Amino acid sequence: MKLGVKLFAAARELAGQGEIEVEASPGADVAELRELLAEQFPQLAALAERSLIAVNAEYASDNKPITEGDELALIPPVSGG
Amino acid sequence: MIELTNQPIDIPQILERAQQPEAGAVVLFLGITRQFTSGRETAELAYEAYSEMTESELAKLEAKARSRWPLVECVIVHRLGLVPLAEPSVAIAASSPHRHDAFEAARWLIDTLKESVPIWKQERWTTGAAEWVHPEASMARSDVPHALAKGQTPP
Repeated sequence: MKLGVKLFAAARELAGQGEIEVEASPGADVAELRELLAEQFPQLAALAERSLIAVNAEYASDNKPITEGDELALIPPVSGG
Repeated sequence: MIELTNQPIDIPQILERAQQPEAGAVVLFLGITRQFTSGRETAELAYEAYSEMTESELAKLEAKARSRWPLVECVIVHRLGLVPLAEPSVAIAASSPHRHDAFEAARWLIDTLKESVPIWKQERWTTGAAEWVHPEASMARSDVPHALAKGQTPP
């Protein structure tokens, strides 16, 4: 399945775009998405390792399954406030 | 009340909202763009957010604060885009019948916002260099399952 992942801040700069497409097999979970992201976009690997992933605008744990059509975002360590 | 804005934060409006007859205490916190950080000089800050998720996370913070403390009003405003020196990037106002709760709630709100809300700050130094701030000690992946199991926003 093709998964669109929103990027922000340093991740957006490293990838040169605000959204990337990651190829994943059906039934992939968040942990697998992170690995695939690092493989397919090596410039993001180090930051992705330190980042959370949001599924449909909620923080997701590594074992959360992903469905095609889910809104995904890479959330690097935050610095608001 | 939650707001994201690209405009300067309207402090009098926030205070007017927080001041209610039932609230004997109003506490206002402002996070300000500071000039010096670890010996480097900031020219300005820039903030970026995953807006939809920020709004829902801020709403969760307000709900949690209201369930923990008897708040009359709770206002959180975060500015996005460029924030010049000495201007606020975030304002939090908490009001309650007695001051103990307003102080505690305001402190908890800013501490938790800084750990959990998907907003990022870019330091723009006077040298011309710019860097996104992604601290090491932010919420860790290991925190997420624990927080989800407890039915909370991750710490």
